[in-house]
Amino acid sequence: MLRYTLRRLLGAIPTLFLVIVLAFLLVHAAPGGPFDDERALPPEIEANIAAAYHLDEPLPVQFLRYLGGVVQGDFGPSYSYRDYTVSELIGRSFPVSVQLGILAMLLAAVSGISLGIVAALNRNSALDRIVMGFAMTGISIPVFVIAPVLVLFLAVKLQWLPASWTGSEGASRLLLPVLSLALPQIAYVARLTRASLIEVLSSDFIRTARSQGLGTAAIVRYHALKPAMLPVLSYMGPAVAAVLTGSVVVEEIFGIPGLGQLFVRGSLNRDYTLVLGVVIFYATLIVLLNLVVDLLYGVIDPRIRRR
Amino acid sequence: MSAVARIWAHMRSSKTVMVSGGILAAIALLAVIGPWISPNEYVTADFGSILRSPTLSAGHVFGTDDLGRDLFVRTMMGVQVTFAVAIVASVVSLVIGVLYGATAGFVGGRVDAVMMRLVDTLYALPFIFFVILLLVVFERNFLLIFIAIGAINWLDMARIVRGQTLSLREREFVQAAQLIGVSTPRIILRHIAPNLIGVVIVYVTLTIPQAILIESFLSFLGLGIQEPQTSLGKLVNDGTAQMEGASWMLLIPATLLAAILLCFNFLGDGMRDLFDSRQSR
Repeated sequence: MLRYTLRRLLGAIPTLFLVIVLAFLLVHAAPGGPFDDERALPPEIEANIAAAYHLDEPLPVQFLRYLGGVVQGDFGPSYSYRDYTVSELIGRSFPVSVQLGILAMLLAAVSGISLGIVAALNRNSALDRIVMGFAMTGISIPVFVIAPVLVLFLAVKLQWLPASWTGSEGASRLLLPVLSLALPQIAYVARLTRASLIEVLSSDFIRTARSQGLGTAAIVRYHALKPAMLPVLSYMGPAVAAVLTGSVVVEEIFGIPGLGQLFVRGSLNRDYTLVLGVVIFYATLIVLLNLVVDLLYGVIDPRIRRR
Repeated sequence: MSAVARIWAHMRSSKTVMVSGGILAAIALLAVIGPWISPNEYVTADFGSILRSPTLSAGHVFGTDDLGRDLFVRTMMGVQVTFAVAIVASVVSLVIGVLYGATAGFVGGRVDAVMMRLVDTLYALPFIFFVILLLVVFERNFLLIFIAIGAINWLDMARIVRGQTLSLREREFVQAAQLIGVSTPRIILRHIAPNLIGVVIVYVTLTIPQAILIESFLSFLGLGIQEPQTSLGKLVNDGTAQMEGASWMLLIPATLLAAILLCFNFLGDGMRDLFDSRQSR
């Protein structure tokens, strides 16, 4: 297990390196500089600014300097938020997004798996069709459509829940954002659970258990659920990526001061260092979480480790 | 083109495919004809009729927006953009994916290992964030968005085509072509690629909703299509800002976008079922 972990950890390094190189080169391929203004600055001042931000150095030196910083968690200064470093901005907004993301993932896992089990056990019944119809709708409709429509009906029309983050407190302001983020994931998890549980339930060892007189509840609980969870677990990597992408939209809609909103504001302001930093941060997060999922997979299914 | 005729005959046997395909065709037709019939222009602001709710009598079937522009024409224009994205992005991903996958699968060995290793690595990247980075760095234009979306979606195609090519490579007609000295690029183009049509059609229909989703996501954030042009994602965003007084501005484009995506997903699912049942036969 230790060797497997180490191997997978080393395997993530080239991917992360590629992320940093690609993102860095992309930003530096931009026409013009970050301090180009309508008003022409005296050349001496321009040279001073360039020197202060190390923009006068050759590209490889700049890259190594940047890489050295990134390894230590330093993404440099932000261009649009004066007096803040990108790391400070990320550190301030990330906890909000984490809270949102974890709640959405939990909701998605619990309700998605439950719905999937119900559908699988009542295969081809009306209930199954309803659940699967809901799942198809949930998969098709993007977060940025679900969220405003939920706000329109639950917050504006019925006034059950607050429509925005500011001006409200506690759990009520979390409910709509978390629900919007979780809905598509509930749908995916339900579909995966149903398909995989149906497959497991038709295998030989389940028939054996049944022939020994075990009831359906006990079979699902003690025999079928664990192997059926493998595809669901391997979906958790893409799910995290989807929730991160979704949180960009959801934070923008609800006005939540999280990482997603920071990223969108940075993008619209052309804050190169901020966008570059957040992209690398997001990529690292996704690669690392995928790694965790893979390792968990190895724990549950020992066959994987030997490959 | 007997392969295409066979696939068409197969498609007609599935109700899911025909119904969802029919709805999509109807929406597409309306989007092309609608603006042409309508007396309104998508850019013309009419400050005398701001935020009119949808009525048949006043000539604004879908109402007007906060600048008094006719929303029917704008929504149809958005649908046009959505379908344009679907076509361009799937062509880009199709060309790159098929050529890359067929080459890796056909050449095999170390080349295959390196090429697929690259695909695996790219797979782990959060591409949507790179597209945003791309749009931040360069000027936002139509073409860049289309190409960027197509460039994301080729990875799936490359994987599937490679798998298919691996089995085609061993077939007699390919060996016969090799025997009489046909060059490798020519074999890939003339003998391998035409035999991939079935798989490719299925996976193109599955990647189309993803492409549409990315475009509308970017436009929603204000990074995609720019004013006065519009797309469904942008219309949903405009509608979100105006939802308290003018809920139709949100609900109409939201419903249409949802319907298009739902139909494409059903279409893709139906096509995959057809394709899989053919495989198992």
